[in-house]
Amino acid sequence: MKRIAKLTTAAAVGLLGTTVVASAQTKTLDTVKQRGSLSCGVNVGLAGFSQPDDKGNWTGLDVDYCKAIAAAVLGDGTKVKYVPTTAKERFTALQSGEIDVLIRNTTWTTARDSSLGLIFAGVNYYDGQGFMVKASLGVKSAKELNGATVCVQTGTTTELNLADYFKANKMTYKPVVFEKLDETMQAYLAGRCDVYTTDQSGLYSNRVQQPKPEDHVVLPEVISKEPLGPSVRQGDDQWLTVVKWVHYALLNAEEAGITQANVGEMLNSTNPEIKRILGKDGELGKGLGLSNDFVVNVVKAVGNYGELFERNVGTGSRLKIARGLNNLWSKGGIQYAPPLR
Amino acid sequence: MAVATSARPARTAPQAAFFYRPEVRQAIYQIVTVVALVVLFWILITNTAANLKRQNIASGFGFIDRTAGFDVSQHLIPFDASMTYGRAFLVGLLNTLLVAGLGIVLATMLGFVIGIARLSTNWLVARLATVYVEVIRNVPVLLQLFFWYFAVLKSLPVPRQSHVLPGGGFLNVRGLYLPAPVPEAGFEAVALTVLIGVVASIAVYFLARRRQMQTGQRLPVLWITLALVVLLPLGVFIVTGQPLSWDYPELKGFNFQGGMVMQPEFVALLLGLSIYTASFIAEIVRSGIQGVSKGQKEAALAIGLSKGQSLRLVVVPQAMRIIIPPLTSQFLNLTKNSSLGVAIAYPDLVSIWSGTVLNQTGQAVEVILITMGVYLTLSLITSGFMNWFNARMALVER
Repeated sequence: MKRIAKLTTAAAVGLLGTTVVASAQTKTLDTVKQRGSLSCGVNVGLAGFSQPDDKGNWTGLDVDYCKAIAAAVLGDGTKVKYVPTTAKERFTALQSGEIDVLIRNTTWTTARDSSLGLIFAGVNYYDGQGFMVKASLGVKSAKELNGATVCVQTGTTTELNLADYFKANKMTYKPVVFEKLDETMQAYLAGRCDVYTTDQSGLYSNRVQQPKPEDHVVLPEVISKEPLGPSVRQGDDQWLTVVKWVHYALLNAEEAGITQANVGEMLNSTNPEIKRILGKDGELGKGLGLSNDFVVNVVKAVGNYGELFERNVGTGSRLKIARGLNNLWSKGGIQYAPPLR
Repeated sequence: MAVATSARPARTAPQAAFFYRPEVRQAIYQIVTVVALVVLFWILITNTAANLKRQNIASGFGFIDRTAGFDVSQHLIPFDASMTYGRAFLVGLLNTLLVAGLGIVLATMLGFVIGIARLSTNWLVARLATVYVEVIRNVPVLLQLFFWYFAVLKSLPVPRQSHVLPGGGFLNVRGLYLPAPVPEAGFEAVALTVLIGVVASIAVYFLARRRQMQTGQRLPVLWITLALVVLLPLGVFIVTGQPLSWDYPELKGFNFQGGMVMQPEFVALLLGLSIYTASFIAEIVRSGIQGVSKGQKEAALAIGLSKGQSLRLVVVPQAMRIIIPPLTSQFLNLTKNSSLGVAIAYPDLVSIWSGTVLNQTGQAVEVILITMGVYLTLSLITSGFMNWFNARMALVER
């Protein structure tokens, strides 16, 4: 009887003690530097964006962004721990602190910017939602899809946009909602649904992985804006600024013509703008909490934005997506970065 | 001189000091434990709320009244994208209850058959049942669901080449389409007759039992029930001029419109769960039957009952005492396994509520708490009912 009493009171006091310790505003930049590696939330497997190969190495546009941030903060693009997340758990992983940054083809919306406790740090890929149908159906436009069955993944903006589009165009549809991409594609291929819908980049990436890509047609209509970008926790302005400026550094490097191949000799350039970007002049990194030559590390690790794009989703990849909106503002696209000075 | 001895004064046991009395100590320990538990829960809740607020994550249950914005493929109550999350919750809950309820019924029926088959004297039947149990029990249920869903899907044709069923039904990869009955004006009379028939046949069952106890004569209860529940409403149906029309499914564009449809997700989940759980129930039934002493069966045969009658009237009622508690666990397992439907696109509670709604509102804590609460309630109701049933079945021993 005495022991039970002692144990009970001891347990109660112990629990009281642990919960009172409130964590102060976490400084993610310091945490990452101290840990020596970046914990990056990525997609479990989306070709072109983040996918492990058969040896377990991660490649993709989002993965390269993780490497860029690690290179900027830690000087080495390989010091990344990739945490694969599904659509369901991605936000919880970021909210709980399991990952430092979420770079997982996530659309920037009001709801996500406000009520989830996250904040977006830019757009690394301007995308839009589209439809893919079997070529044998003979459908040429999304407006002919009245009454169709549509395969879609759960909990994404895709579901909402789909409902809005069909309602706005006074068409009906039947949704078949899966959790994982593999099952969605399998059901679409087995004929369970007529249409598969997701972001256009996802459509191209899935189409190219089929044994006969010409059997599938991506319809021309783009029914929504899907600006995909990295996000971080709210309340940590310093970390948000770091992630933002890594993205802007990639764009500025492309504008200035700095590539992975020529960054070495560019270090000897006399061009004042290039000297500033590469940290030879001025104190670029000081206010950010990074080294002044962080852009050099970033470009050495992943190249500039154009190279990153072409390597992962453009002409250097199987997806062959055109730059389109993702080109620089000076070349007809809408990727525009504030100047590095 | 005789000393008058006074009577010993009545004396109670010596009272210890207040804090040394056992009942006082017990009360104090219990009060301390309860207070500690209450304080713990209060700390957990306020800490969570404070952390959510600090991180600017929305909290509270107000999101239930927001517009859903998404559609659901199978909904037993009317639902579309303009209704609230609360309504979507009900849709998911009803889908879960549907598959769990039907699954429990099917699994029990199949489980009893397989369990009794395992004890058959026919060597082939017994071995087949053994193979069934051993294979199905040992393959993970998710893999079985995938098998039923994708294997079945791949074998069915696209809508434009559906299998045509007699009576106006169609079978294709989008589902089983059947003509839907549309009740017209006079149908309430038929429905009422069915209800009266059901109530009457229950009454007949009890009256027949009482009569058998008193006089030993048996009534053909089964035939009487059939007459009351099937023939009588049929007669009323014909007399009132057949107030029923049919809505036939027709291929329009991509899919069939009209009629009723059973979706492949529902069928695959129901089949997969029933077959999986039936293998466990078969073993429970077998253990129950083997737990009844052999003398009972021999005595039943000795007084002239057939093998089937001895099983039905003597062995199984006694075996139920052993069968019911583990059977309850299997029912709860089936209900909780229905949450795997999200992997094959069945829109159950987990798929709609802890999947889509959680992702769209981001309020993981509230959504998961509600889901846990729902499953807990369902499980408590099921086990409460089964415990009552068990108490009724218990043999009253002298």
